[in-house]
Amino acid sequence: MANPVVNPNLTRSNASPTKRISPSADWRKWGLIGFVTLYLALIILLPALNVFVQAFNGGIAGFLATFTSRPFLNAVGLTVIVALISVPLNTIFGLSAAVAIAHKTFPGRTLLISIIDLPFSISPVVAGLMLVLLYGSRGWFGPALEAGGIKVIFALPGMVMATIFVTMPFIAREVLPALEENGTDQEEAAHTLGASSWQTFWRVTLPSIKWSLLYGLILCNARAMGEFGAVAVVSGNISGKTQTLPLYVEDAYIQYNTQSAYAAAVLLACLAIVTLVLKHFLERNPGVHRRGD
Amino acid sequence: MTYLDSASLQPFWQRLRHLSWPWRITWIYLIFFLLLPIVALVVRASTLDASEIWRIATDPVALSTYNVTFLTALAAASLNGLVGLMVAWVLVRYEFPGKRYLDAIIDLPFAMPTAVAGLTLATIYSSNGWIGSLLDPLGIKVSFTRLGVLVAMVYISLPFVVRTVQPVLQEMEAEIEEAAWSLGASDWQTFRRVILPPLLPALLTGVAMGFSRAVGEYGSVVIIAGNIPFQDLIAPVLIFQRLEQFDYAGATVIGTVLLLISLLSLLLINVLQSLGKRYG
Repeated sequence: MANPVVNPNLTRSNASPTKRISPSADWRKWGLIGFVTLYLALIILLPALNVFVQAFNGGIAGFLATFTSRPFLNAVGLTVIVALISVPLNTIFGLSAAVAIAHKTFPGRTLLISIIDLPFSISPVVAGLMLVLLYGSRGWFGPALEAGGIKVIFALPGMVMATIFVTMPFIAREVLPALEENGTDQEEAAHTLGASSWQTFWRVTLPSIKWSLLYGLILCNARAMGEFGAVAVVSGNISGKTQTLPLYVEDAYIQYNTQSAYAAAVLLACLAIVTLVLKHFLERNPGVHRRGD
Repeated sequence: MTYLDSASLQPFWQRLRHLSWPWRITWIYLIFFLLLPIVALVVRASTLDASEIWRIATDPVALSTYNVTFLTALAAASLNGLVGLMVAWVLVRYEFPGKRYLDAIIDLPFAMPTAVAGLTLATIYSSNGWIGSLLDPLGIKVSFTRLGVLVAMVYISLPFVVRTVQPVLQEMEAEIEEAAWSLGASDWQTFRRVILPPLLPALLTGVAMGFSRAVGEYGSVVIIAGNIPFQDLIAPVLIFQRLEQFDYAGATVIGTVLLLISLLSLLLINVLQSLGKRYG
Protein backbone atom coordinates (compact mmCIF):
# COMPACT_ATOMS: atom_id res chain seq x y z
CA MET A 1 0.00 0.00 0.00
CA ALA A 2 2.94 2.33 -0.54
CA ASN A 3 1.70 3.32 -3.98
CA PRO A 4 0.97 7.06 -3.87
CA VAL A 5 -1.81 6.97 -6.48
CA VAL A 6 -3.99 4.64 -4.47
CA ASN A 7 -7.27 6.22 -3.47
CA PRO A 8 -7.26 7.06 0.23
CA ASN A 9 -10.87 5.89 0.42
CA LEU A 10 -9.77 2.48 -0.78
CA THR A 11 -7.10 2.09 1.90
CA ARG A 12 -9.53 3.20 4.52
CA SER A 13 -12.19 0.76 3.46
CA ASN A 14 -9.58 -2.02 3.21
CA ALA A 15 -9.30 -1.87 6.95
CA SER A 16 -12.85 -3.15 7.33
CA PRO A 17 -13.58 -6.73 6.30
CA THR A 18 -16.57 -5.79 4.07
CA LYS A 19 -14.92 -3.94 1.26
CA ARG A 20 -16.39 -1.19 -0.98
CA ILE A 21 -19.58 -0.54 0.93
CA SER A 22 -18.73 2.50 2.98
CA PRO A 23 -21.32 4.10 5.28
CA SER A 24 -21.58 7.08 2.93
CA ALA A 25 -22.46 4.81 -0.03
CA ASP A 26 -25.08 3.09 2.08
CA TRP A 27 -26.54 6.42 3.15
CA ARG A 28 -26.65 7.53 -0.47
CA LYS A 29 -28.29 4.30 -1.61
CA TRP A 30 -31.19 4.50 0.83
CA GLY A 31 -31.49 8.26 0.41
CA LEU A 32 -31.89 7.84 -3.35
CA ILE A 33 -34.33 4.94 -2.98
CA GLY A 34 -36.38 6.98 -0.53
CA PHE A 35 -36.44 10.06 -2.73
CA VAL A 36 -37.34 8.11 -5.87
CA THR A 37 -40.10 6.21 -4.05
CA LEU A 38 -41.54 9.45 -2.68
CA TYR A 39 -41.47 11.09 -6.12
CA LEU A 40 -43.18 8.14 -7.80
CA ALA A 41 -45.73 7.95 -4.99
CA LEU A 42 -46.66 11.63 -5.34
CA ILE A 43 -46.77 11.64 -9.12
CA ILE A 44 -48.02 8.16 -10.05
CA LEU A 45 -49.14 5.98 -7.16
CA LEU A 46 -51.35 8.36 -5.15
CA PRO A 47 -53.25 9.56 -8.26
CA ALA A 48 -53.93 5.94 -9.22
CA LEU A 49 -55.14 5.04 -5.71
CA ASN A 50 -57.26 8.17 -5.62
CA VAL A 51 -59.29 6.96 -8.61
CA PHE A 52 -60.48 3.94 -6.65
CA VAL A 53 -61.03 5.79 -3.37
CA GLN A 54 -63.09 8.56 -5.01
CA ALA A 55 -65.20 6.13 -7.02
CA PHE A 56 -66.45 4.43 -3.86
CA ASN A 57 -66.55 7.60 -1.77
CA GLY A 58 -70.28 8.10 -2.22
CA GLY A 59 -71.00 4.50 -1.33
CA ILE A 60 -71.54 1.51 -3.57
CA ALA A 61 -75.04 2.65 -4.55
CA GLY A 62 -73.86 5.84 -6.24
CA PHE A 63 -71.17 3.86 -7.99
CA LEU A 64 -73.71 1.37 -9.32
CA ALA A 65 -76.14 4.14 -10.32
CA THR A 66 -73.59 5.38 -12.85
CA PHE A 67 -73.04 1.89 -14.19
CA THR A 68 -76.71 1.50 -15.12
CA SER A 69 -77.27 5.01 -16.52
CA ARG A 70 -78.02 5.29 -20.23
CA PRO A 71 -75.30 7.81 -21.23
CA PHE A 72 -72.69 5.72 -19.43
CA LEU A 73 -73.72 2.47 -21.13
CA ASN A 74 -73.78 4.27 -24.49
CA ALA A 75 -70.27 5.56 -23.86
CA VAL A 76 -69.01 2.07 -23.01
CA GLY A 77 -70.64 0.64 -26.13
CA LEU A 78 -69.21 3.34 -28.37
CA THR A 79 -65.73 2.92 -26.90
CA VAL A 80 -65.84 -0.79 -27.63
CA ILE A 81 -67.15 -0.25 -31.18
CA VAL A 82 -64.44 2.31 -31.99
CA ALA A 83 -61.75 -0.07 -30.69
CA LEU A 84 -63.29 -3.05 -32.51
CA ILE A 85 -63.00 -1.21 -35.84
CA SER A 86 -59.73 0.66 -35.44
CA VAL A 87 -57.59 -2.03 -33.77
CA PRO A 88 -58.18 -4.74 -36.44
CA LEU A 89 -57.57 -2.20 -39.22
CA ASN A 90 -54.32 -1.14 -37.58
CA THR A 91 -53.38 -4.81 -37.21
CA ILE A 92 -53.78 -5.40 -40.94
CA PHE A 93 -51.76 -2.29 -41.65
CA GLY A 94 -49.10 -3.09 -39.05
CA LEU A 95 -48.59 -6.64 -40.33
CA SER A 96 -48.52 -5.48 -43.97
CA ALA A 97 -46.04 -2.72 -43.29
CA ALA A 98 -43.79 -4.96 -41.21
CA VAL A 99 -43.82 -7.78 -43.79
CA ALA A 100 -43.21 -5.30 -46.62
CA ILE A 101 -40.30 -3.53 -44.93
CA ALA A 102 -38.64 -6.22 -42.80
CA HIS A 103 -36.20 -8.00 -45.06
CA LYS A 104 -35.69 -5.39 -47.73
CA THR A 105 -33.23 -2.63 -48.23
CA PHE A 106 -34.35 0.26 -50.38
CA PRO A 107 -33.65 3.97 -50.46
CA GLY A 108 -35.87 5.83 -48.02
CA ARG A 109 -36.39 2.84 -45.72
CA THR A 110 -35.51 4.79 -42.59
CA LEU A 111 -37.69 7.66 -43.80
CA LEU A 112 -40.63 5.30 -44.28
CA ILE A 113 -40.24 3.93 -40.75
CA SER A 114 -40.10 7.50 -39.42
CA ILE A 115 -43.29 8.32 -41.33
CA ILE A 116 -45.06 5.33 -39.77
CA ASP A 117 -43.90 6.60 -36.36
CA LEU A 118 -45.10 10.14 -37.06
CA PRO A 119 -48.49 9.91 -35.27
CA PHE A 120 -46.67 9.43 -31.96
CA SER A 121 -45.14 12.89 -32.29
CA ILE A 122 -48.19 14.78 -33.55
CA SER A 123 -50.48 16.29 -30.94
CA PRO A 124 -53.81 14.41 -30.87
CA VAL A 125 -55.64 17.73 -31.12
CA VAL A 126 -53.73 18.56 -34.31
CA ALA A 127 -54.64 15.11 -35.67
CA GLY A 128 -58.30 15.83 -34.97
CA LEU A 129 -57.97 19.26 -36.59
CA MET A 130 -56.56 17.66 -39.75
CA LEU A 131 -59.62 15.41 -40.01
CA VAL A 132 -61.97 18.37 -39.50
CA LEU A 133 -60.19 20.22 -42.32
CA LEU A 134 -60.69 17.18 -44.57
CA TYR A 135 -64.18 15.98 -43.68
CA GLY A 136 -65.81 18.86 -41.77
CA SER A 137 -68.74 20.75 -43.31
CA ARG A 138 -66.25 23.37 -44.54
CA GLY A 139 -63.53 20.84 -45.32
CA TRP A 140 -62.27 19.42 -48.62
CA PHE A 141 -64.55 16.37 -48.83
CA GLY A 142 -67.15 17.37 -46.23
CA PRO A 143 -69.72 19.03 -48.54
CA ALA A 144 -69.54 16.21 -51.12
CA LEU A 145 -69.91 13.53 -48.45
CA GLU A 146 -72.78 15.37 -46.80
CA ALA A 147 -74.55 15.60 -50.17
CA GLY A 148 -74.24 11.82 -50.30
CA GLY A 149 -75.69 11.53 -46.81
CA ILE A 150 -72.42 10.49 -45.16
CA LYS A 151 -71.44 12.22 -41.94
CA VAL A 152 -67.82 11.85 -40.85
CA ILE A 153 -67.24 14.64 -38.35
CA PHE A 154 -69.45 14.54 -35.23
CA ALA A 155 -70.09 10.88 -36.11
CA LEU A 156 -68.57 7.42 -35.79
CA PRO A 157 -66.40 7.43 -38.97
CA GLY A 158 -64.50 10.52 -37.80
CA MET A 159 -63.97 9.05 -34.34
CA VAL A 160 -62.63 5.83 -35.86
CA MET A 161 -60.31 7.77 -38.18
CA ALA A 162 -59.01 9.87 -35.28
CA THR A 163 -58.37 6.72 -33.25
CA ILE A 164 -56.63 5.03 -36.18
CA PHE A 165 -54.43 8.08 -36.63
CA VAL A 166 -53.12 8.16 -33.06
CA THR A 167 -52.68 4.37 -32.69
CA MET A 168 -51.29 3.63 -36.17
CA PRO A 169 -47.65 2.90 -35.22
CA PHE A 170 -48.19 0.50 -32.31
CA ILE A 171 -48.39 -2.82 -34.13
CA ALA A 172 -46.03 -2.07 -37.01
CA ARG A 173 -43.29 -0.90 -34.64
CA GLU A 174 -43.69 -3.98 -32.48
CA VAL A 175 -43.78 -6.60 -35.23
CA LEU A 176 -41.06 -5.11 -37.45
CA PRO A 177 -38.09 -5.76 -35.10
CA ALA A 178 -39.42 -9.27 -34.33
CA LEU A 179 -39.57 -10.11 -38.05
CA GLU A 180 -36.09 -8.70 -38.60
CA GLU A 181 -34.67 -10.85 -35.83
CA ASN A 182 -36.29 -14.04 -37.15
CA GLY A 183 -34.59 -13.86 -40.52
CA THR A 184 -35.98 -15.38 -43.71
CA ASP A 185 -34.74 -18.99 -43.51
CA GLN A 186 -38.04 -20.57 -42.49
CA GLU A 187 -40.06 -18.60 -45.03
CA GLU A 188 -37.65 -19.63 -47.76
CA ALA A 189 -37.88 -23.26 -46.71
CA ALA A 190 -41.68 -23.10 -46.81
CA HIS A 191 -41.54 -21.54 -50.26
CA THR A 192 -39.19 -24.21 -51.59
CA LEU A 193 -41.51 -26.87 -50.26
CA GLY A 194 -44.30 -25.39 -52.38
CA ALA A 195 -46.22 -23.18 -49.97
CA SER A 196 -47.95 -20.12 -51.41
CA SER A 197 -47.13 -16.67 -50.01
CA TRP A 198 -50.38 -16.67 -48.09
CA GLN A 199 -49.74 -20.15 -46.63
CA THR A 200 -46.22 -19.12 -45.69
CA PHE A 201 -47.49 -16.02 -43.94
CA TRP A 202 -50.28 -17.84 -42.12
CA ARG A 203 -48.37 -20.96 -41.09
CA VAL A 204 -44.77 -19.78 -40.71
CA THR A 205 -44.47 -16.00 -40.31
CA LEU A 206 -47.50 -15.33 -38.11
CA PRO A 207 -46.78 -18.04 -35.49
CA SER A 208 -43.19 -16.80 -35.20
CA ILE A 209 -44.27 -13.26 -34.31
CA LYS A 210 -47.41 -14.02 -32.31
CA TRP A 211 -46.13 -12.68 -28.97
CA SER A 212 -44.88 -9.43 -30.45
CA LEU A 213 -48.16 -9.03 -32.29
CA LEU A 214 -50.13 -9.61 -29.10
CA TYR A 215 -47.95 -7.09 -27.27
CA GLY A 216 -48.60 -4.49 -29.96
CA LEU A 217 -52.32 -5.32 -29.94
CA ILE A 218 -52.63 -4.77 -26.20
CA LEU A 219 -50.89 -1.39 -26.27
CA CYS A 220 -52.86 -0.36 -29.36
CA ASN A 221 -56.14 -1.32 -27.73
CA ALA A 222 -55.36 0.51 -24.48
CA ARG A 223 -54.63 3.71 -26.38
CA ALA A 224 -57.63 3.25 -28.69
CA MET A 225 -60.02 2.91 -25.76
CA GLY A 226 -58.37 5.68 -23.77
CA GLU A 227 -57.83 8.28 -26.50
CA PHE A 228 -59.23 11.66 -25.57
CA GLY A 229 -57.84 14.65 -27.50
CA ALA A 230 -58.19 13.49 -31.10
CA VAL A 231 -61.63 11.97 -30.52
CA ALA A 232 -62.81 15.03 -28.58
CA VAL A 233 -62.05 17.29 -31.56
CA VAL A 234 -63.94 15.23 -34.15
CA SER A 235 -66.78 13.81 -32.05
CA GLY A 236 -68.59 16.94 -30.88
CA ASN A 237 -68.95 15.16 -27.52
CA ILE A 238 -72.71 14.69 -27.72
CA SER A 239 -73.87 12.82 -24.61
CA GLY A 240 -75.37 9.45 -25.46
CA LYS A 241 -74.41 9.75 -29.14
CA THR A 242 -70.77 10.52 -29.83
CA GLN A 243 -69.38 10.25 -26.34
CA THR A 244 -66.74 7.61 -25.63
CA LEU A 245 -65.77 6.67 -22.08
CA PRO A 246 -62.87 9.16 -21.73
CA LEU A 247 -65.15 11.94 -23.03
CA TYR A 248 -67.81 10.85 -20.55
CA VAL A 249 -65.26 11.20 -17.73
CA GLU A 250 -64.44 14.80 -18.66
CA ASP A 251 -68.07 15.75 -19.31
CA ALA A 252 -69.23 14.38 -15.96
CA TYR A 253 -66.39 16.20 -14.18
CA ILE A 254 -67.20 19.54 -15.84
CA GLN A 255 -70.85 19.16 -14.80
CA TYR A 256 -69.77 18.62 -11.17
CA ASN A 257 -70.96 15.02 -11.36
CA THR A 258 -67.72 13.85 -9.76
CA GLN A 259 -69.02 10.50 -8.62
CA SER A 260 -70.01 9.49 -12.16
CA ALA A 261 -66.71 10.77 -13.51
CA TYR A 262 -64.82 8.55 -11.08
CA ALA A 263 -67.07 5.53 -11.63
CA ALA A 264 -66.23 5.71 -15.34
CA ALA A 265 -62.59 6.47 -14.55
CA VAL A 266 -62.35 3.27 -12.49
CA LEU A 267 -63.28 1.23 -15.54
CA LEU A 268 -60.58 2.94 -17.61
CA ALA A 269 -58.03 2.62 -14.79
CA CYS A 270 -58.75 -1.12 -14.60
CA LEU A 271 -58.14 -1.34 -18.34
CA ALA A 272 -54.78 0.40 -17.82
CA ILE A 273 -53.81 -1.97 -15.00
CA VAL A 274 -54.82 -5.09 -16.95
CA THR A 275 -52.81 -3.75 -19.88
CA LEU A 276 -49.75 -3.28 -17.67
CA VAL A 277 -50.04 -6.76 -16.17
CA LEU A 278 -50.37 -8.41 -19.60
CA LYS A 279 -47.51 -6.25 -20.91
CA HIS A 280 -45.36 -7.37 -17.99
CA PHE A 281 -45.96 -11.07 -18.69
CA LEU A 282 -45.46 -10.69 -22.43
CA GLU A 283 -42.12 -8.98 -21.84
CA ARG A 284 -40.81 -12.27 -20.48
CA ASN A 285 -40.96 -13.65 -24.00
CA PRO A 286 -37.52 -13.31 -25.59
CA GLY A 287 -38.94 -12.12 -28.93
CA VAL A 288 -40.84 -9.21 -27.42
CA HIS A 289 -39.21 -5.82 -27.50
CA ARG A 290 -40.00 -3.75 -24.51
CA ARG A 291 -40.77 -0.22 -25.52
CA GLY A 292 -42.04 3.01 -24.12
CA ASP A 293 -45.16 4.65 -25.49
CA MET B 1 -43.17 13.97 -51.28
CA THR B 2 -42.18 13.73 -54.96
CA TYR B 3 -44.84 11.03 -55.34
CA LEU B 4 -47.58 13.46 -54.67
CA ASP B 5 -47.14 16.12 -57.35
CA SER B 6 -49.57 15.65 -60.19
CA ALA B 7 -47.02 14.91 -62.94
CA SER B 8 -45.80 11.80 -61.15
CA LEU B 9 -49.20 10.69 -59.85
CA GLN B 10 -49.90 8.48 -62.86
CA PRO B 11 -46.65 6.49 -62.61
CA PHE B 12 -47.33 6.12 -58.89
CA TRP B 13 -50.62 4.29 -59.48
CA GLN B 14 -48.97 2.19 -62.17
CA ARG B 15 -46.21 1.30 -59.75
CA LEU B 16 -48.78 0.52 -57.08
CA ARG B 17 -50.35 -2.07 -59.39
CA HIS B 18 -47.05 -3.92 -59.63
CA LEU B 19 -46.50 -3.92 -55.89
CA SER B 20 -47.14 -6.91 -53.66
CA TRP B 21 -50.22 -6.88 -51.40
CA PRO B 22 -48.38 -5.85 -48.23
CA TRP B 23 -46.95 -2.83 -50.03
CA ARG B 24 -50.30 -1.86 -51.53
CA ILE B 25 -52.04 -2.00 -48.14
CA THR B 26 -49.21 -0.09 -46.49
CA TRP B 27 -49.24 2.75 -49.00
CA ILE B 28 -53.01 3.07 -49.31
CA TYR B 29 -53.40 3.07 -45.53
CA LEU B 30 -50.59 5.58 -44.99
CA ILE B 31 -51.87 7.90 -47.71
CA PHE B 32 -55.50 7.75 -46.64
CA PHE B 33 -55.18 7.86 -42.86
CA LEU B 34 -51.92 9.75 -42.32
CA LEU B 35 -50.52 11.68 -45.29
CA LEU B 36 -53.80 13.07 -46.63
CA PRO B 37 -54.72 14.65 -43.27
CA ILE B 38 -51.23 16.16 -42.92
CA VAL B 39 -51.39 17.52 -46.46
CA ALA B 40 -54.83 18.97 -45.73
CA LEU B 41 -53.44 20.96 -42.80
CA VAL B 42 -50.34 22.19 -44.62
CA VAL B 43 -52.21 23.13 -47.81
CA ARG B 44 -54.95 24.84 -45.83
CA ALA B 45 -52.32 26.88 -43.99
CA SER B 46 -50.50 27.77 -47.20
CA THR B 47 -53.66 29.14 -48.86
CA LEU B 48 -53.84 31.82 -46.19
CA ASP B 49 -52.28 35.19 -46.80
CA ALA B 50 -48.75 35.47 -45.38
CA SER B 51 -49.63 38.56 -43.37
CA GLU B 52 -52.75 36.79 -42.09
CA ILE B 53 -50.67 33.79 -40.98
CA TRP B 54 -48.23 36.09 -39.22
CA ARG B 55 -51.06 38.01 -37.52
CA ILE B 56 -52.69 34.80 -36.19
CA ALA B 57 -49.45 33.08 -35.25
CA THR B 58 -48.15 36.10 -33.30
CA ASP B 59 -51.46 37.14 -31.76
CA PRO B 60 -50.85 37.93 -28.03
CA VAL B 61 -53.06 35.04 -26.88
CA ALA B 62 -51.28 32.64 -29.26
CA LEU B 63 -47.86 33.86 -28.09
CA SER B 64 -48.85 33.34 -24.46
CA THR B 65 -49.96 29.77 -25.22
CA TYR B 66 -46.57 29.00 -26.84
CA ASN B 67 -44.92 30.39 -23.74
CA VAL B 68 -47.06 28.26 -21.41
CA THR B 69 -46.87 25.12 -23.60
CA PHE B 70 -43.20 25.07 -24.52
CA LEU B 71 -41.65 26.45 -21.35
CA THR B 72 -43.77 24.26 -19.07
CA ALA B 73 -43.08 21.20 -21.24
CA LEU B 74 -39.36 22.03 -21.15
CA ALA B 75 -39.46 22.38 -17.36
CA ALA B 76 -41.37 19.09 -17.00
CA ALA B 77 -39.02 17.22 -19.35
CA SER B 78 -35.91 18.63 -17.64
CA LEU B 79 -37.19 17.76 -14.18
CA ASN B 80 -37.90 14.25 -15.41
CA GLY B 81 -34.44 14.14 -17.00
CA LEU B 82 -32.94 14.66 -13.56
CA VAL B 83 -35.30 12.49 -11.52
CA GLY B 84 -35.72 9.91 -14.31
CA LEU B 85 -31.96 9.37 -14.26
CA MET B 86 -32.15 8.77 -10.50
CA VAL B 87 -35.08 6.37 -10.95
CA ALA B 88 -33.22 4.42 -13.64
CA TRP B 89 -30.10 4.33 -11.45
CA VAL B 90 -32.01 3.06 -8.43
CA LEU B 91 -33.80 0.40 -10.51
CA VAL B 92 -30.63 -0.86 -12.23
CA ARG B 93 -27.98 -0.61 -9.52
CA TYR B 94 -29.73 -1.25 -6.22
CA GLU B 95 -31.57 -4.19 -4.74
CA PHE B 96 -34.36 -3.44 -2.30
CA PRO B 97 -37.75 -4.88 -1.33
CA GLY B 98 -40.61 -3.76 -3.58
CA LYS B 99 -38.31 -2.90 -6.47
CA ARG B 100 -40.36 -4.95 -8.96
CA TYR B 101 -43.49 -2.98 -8.15
CA LEU B 102 -41.69 0.34 -8.39
CA ASP B 103 -40.44 -0.72 -11.81
CA ALA B 104 -43.95 -1.76 -12.88
CA ILE B 105 -45.76 1.47 -11.93
CA ILE B 106 -43.37 3.59 -14.07
CA ASP B 107 -45.39 2.52 -17.14
CA LEU B 108 -48.71 3.56 -15.61
CA PRO B 109 -48.73 7.01 -17.30
CA PHE B 110 -48.35 5.27 -20.69
CA ALA B 111 -51.34 3.03 -20.05
CA MET B 112 -53.61 5.37 -18.08
CA PRO B 113 -56.04 7.28 -20.33
CA THR B 114 -55.15 10.97 -20.15
CA ALA B 115 -58.67 11.99 -19.10
CA VAL B 116 -58.37 9.76 -16.03
CA ALA B 117 -54.91 11.14 -15.26
CA GLY B 118 -56.20 14.70 -15.51
CA LEU B 119 -59.23 13.95 -13.36
CA THR B 120 -57.33 12.33 -10.52
CA LEU B 121 -54.41 14.80 -10.59
CA ALA B 122 -56.88 17.71 -10.52
CA THR B 123 -58.55 16.18 -7.46
CA ILE B 124 -55.53 15.36 -5.34
CA TYR B 125 -53.71 18.61 -6.16
CA SER B 126 -56.82 20.76 -5.59
CA SER B 127 -56.90 22.84 -2.39
CA ASN B 128 -58.90 20.18 -0.54
CA GLY B 129 -57.20 17.15 -2.11
CA TRP B 130 -54.67 14.77 -0.53
CA ILE B 131 -51.59 16.71 -1.63
CA GLY B 132 -53.15 20.07 -2.47
CA SER B 133 -54.44 20.53 1.08
CA LEU B 134 -50.86 20.21 2.38
CA LEU B 135 -49.61 22.80 -0.11
CA ASP B 136 -52.51 25.21 0.36
CA PRO B 137 -51.36 26.59 3.76
CA LEU B 138 -48.01 27.37 2.13
CA GLY B 139 -49.85 29.48 -0.43
CA ILE B 140 -49.16 27.04 -3.25
CA LYS B 141 -52.08 26.33 -5.56
CA VAL B 142 -51.61 23.59 -8.15
CA SER B 143 -54.94 22.70 -9.76
CA PHE B 144 -56.29 25.38 -12.13
CA THR B 145 -52.91 27.12 -12.31
CA ARG B 146 -49.81 26.81 -14.45
CA LEU B 147 -48.28 24.61 -11.76
CA GLY B 148 -51.09 22.14 -12.50
CA VAL B 149 -50.08 22.13 -16.15
CA LEU B 150 -46.55 21.30 -14.99
CA VAL B 151 -47.78 18.44 -12.77
CA ALA B 152 -49.79 16.91 -15.64
CA MET B 153 -46.84 17.25 -18.02
CA VAL B 154 -44.46 15.72 -15.47
CA TYR B 155 -46.88 12.80 -15.07
CA ILE B 156 -47.19 11.97 -18.76
CA SER B 157 -43.50 12.48 -19.65
CA LEU B 158 -41.96 10.62 -16.70
CA PRO B 159 -41.69 7.13 -18.26
CA PHE B 160 -39.79 8.32 -21.34
CA VAL B 161 -36.50 9.18 -19.59
CA VAL B 162 -36.58 6.12 -17.31
CA ARG B 163 -37.28 3.72 -20.17
CA THR B 164 -34.61 5.13 -22.50
CA VAL B 165 -31.86 5.39 -19.84
CA GLN B 166 -32.55 2.05 -18.10
CA PRO B 167 -31.32 -0.32 -20.86
CA VAL B 168 -28.16 1.73 -21.48
CA LEU B 169 -27.34 1.78 -17.79
CA GLN B 170 -27.98 -1.97 -17.63
CA GLU B 171 -25.30 -2.61 -20.25
CA MET B 172 -22.71 -0.37 -18.62
CA GLU B 173 -20.25 -2.34 -16.58
CA ALA B 174 -19.66 -1.39 -12.99
CA GLU B 175 -15.96 -2.32 -13.42
CA ILE B 176 -15.27 0.91 -15.30
CA GLU B 177 -16.57 2.98 -12.42
CA GLU B 178 -14.57 0.90 -9.96
CA ALA B 179 -11.47 1.40 -12.10
CA ALA B 180 -12.00 5.19 -12.19
CA TRP B 181 -12.61 5.24 -8.50
CA SER B 182 -9.57 3.15 -7.60
CA LEU B 183 -7.41 5.39 -9.80
CA GLY B 184 -8.28 8.23 -7.47
CA ALA B 185 -11.37 9.82 -8.99
CA SER B 186 -13.88 11.24 -6.56
CA ASP B 187 -17.50 10.11 -6.69
CA TRP B 188 -18.50 13.29 -8.48
CA GLN B 189 -15.64 12.95 -11.00
CA THR B 190 -16.58 9.31 -11.61
CA PHE B 191 -20.16 10.31 -12.26
CA ARG B 192 -19.37 13.27 -14.49
CA ARG B 193 -16.50 11.77 -16.50
CA VAL B 194 -17.29 8.03 -16.59
CA ILE B 195 -20.98 7.39 -16.01
CA LEU B 196 -22.67 10.41 -17.55
CA PRO B 197 -21.02 10.59 -21.04
CA PRO B 198 -22.26 7.21 -22.35
CA LEU B 199 -25.69 7.85 -20.83
CA LEU B 200 -26.04 11.34 -22.27
CA PRO B 201 -27.49 10.47 -25.72
CA ALA B 202 -30.12 8.20 -24.15
CA LEU B 203 -30.88 10.77 -21.46
CA LEU B 204 -31.31 13.58 -23.99
CA THR B 205 -33.42 11.32 -26.23
CA GLY B 206 -35.70 10.59 -23.29
CA VAL B 207 -35.94 14.29 -22.41
CA ALA B 208 -36.73 15.20 -26.04
CA MET B 209 -39.39 12.46 -26.26
CA GLY B 210 -40.93 13.61 -22.99
CA PHE B 211 -40.88 17.22 -24.18
CA SER B 212 -42.52 16.29 -27.47
CA ARG B 213 -45.22 14.31 -25.69
CA ALA B 214 -45.84 17.09 -23.16
CA VAL B 215 -46.14 19.75 -25.89
CA GLY B 216 -48.89 17.78 -27.64
CA GLU B 217 -50.72 16.71 -24.49
CA TYR B 218 -54.33 17.75 -24.28
CA GLY B 219 -56.51 15.47 -22.14
CA SER B 220 -54.85 15.68 -18.75
CA VAL B 221 -53.90 19.37 -19.05
CA VAL B 222 -57.33 20.60 -20.13
CA ILE B 223 -58.84 19.03 -17.01
CA ILE B 224 -56.28 20.16 -14.42
CA ALA B 225 -55.76 23.67 -15.84
CA GLY B 226 -58.13 26.62 -15.61
CA ASN B 227 -57.54 27.23 -19.35
CA ILE B 228 -57.34 31.00 -18.88
CA PRO B 229 -55.43 32.95 -21.57
CA PHE B 230 -52.10 34.44 -20.43
CA GLN B 231 -52.15 32.18 -17.38
CA ASP B 232 -52.46 28.46 -18.04
CA LEU B 233 -53.93 28.14 -21.53
CA ILE B 234 -51.86 25.74 -23.69
CA ALA B 235 -51.66 25.73 -27.49
CA PRO B 236 -53.63 22.46 -28.06
CA VAL B 237 -56.50 23.82 -25.96
CA LEU B 238 -56.41 27.07 -27.94
CA ILE B 239 -56.73 25.05 -31.17
CA PHE B 240 -59.73 23.30 -29.69
CA GLN B 241 -61.35 26.61 -28.67
CA ARG B 242 -60.73 28.13 -32.12
CA LEU B 243 -62.42 25.13 -33.74
CA GLU B 244 -65.39 25.45 -31.42
CA GLN B 245 -65.73 29.07 -32.57
CA PHE B 246 -65.52 27.87 -36.21
CA ASP B 247 -62.34 29.94 -36.59
CA TYR B 248 -60.73 27.44 -38.98
CA ALA B 249 -57.94 29.79 -40.04
CA GLY B 250 -56.92 30.36 -36.43
CA ALA B 251 -56.95 26.65 -35.63
CA THR B 252 -55.03 25.84 -38.82
CA VAL B 253 -52.22 28.31 -38.21
CA ILE B 254 -51.66 27.35 -34.58
CA GLY B 255 -51.97 23.66 -35.53
CA THR B 256 -49.28 24.14 -38.16
CA VAL B 257 -46.98 25.82 -35.64
CA LEU B 258 -47.43 22.80 -33.32
CA LEU B 259 -46.90 20.38 -36.22
CA LEU B 260 -43.62 22.09 -37.16
CA ILE B 261 -42.40 21.94 -33.56
CA SER B 262 -43.31 18.22 -33.45
CA LEU B 263 -41.38 17.55 -36.65
CA LEU B 264 -38.37 19.47 -35.34
CA SER B 265 -38.32 17.53 -32.08
CA LEU B 266 -38.69 14.28 -34.04
CA LEU B 267 -35.65 15.26 -36.10
CA LEU B 268 -33.74 16.08 -32.93
CA ILE B 269 -34.70 12.72 -31.39
CA ASN B 270 -33.47 10.87 -34.49
CA VAL B 271 -30.14 12.74 -34.44
CA LEU B 272 -29.72 11.97 -30.74
CA GLN B 273 -30.54 8.30 -31.28
CA SER B 274 -28.01 7.93 -34.09
CA LEU B 275 -25.42 9.64 -31.85
CA GLY B 276 -26.30 7.13 -29.16
CA LYS B 277 -25.76 4.22 -31.54
CA ARG B 278 -22.38 5.59 -32.61
CA TYR B 279 -21.03 6.07 -29.12
CA GLY B 280 -23.13 3.56 -27.22
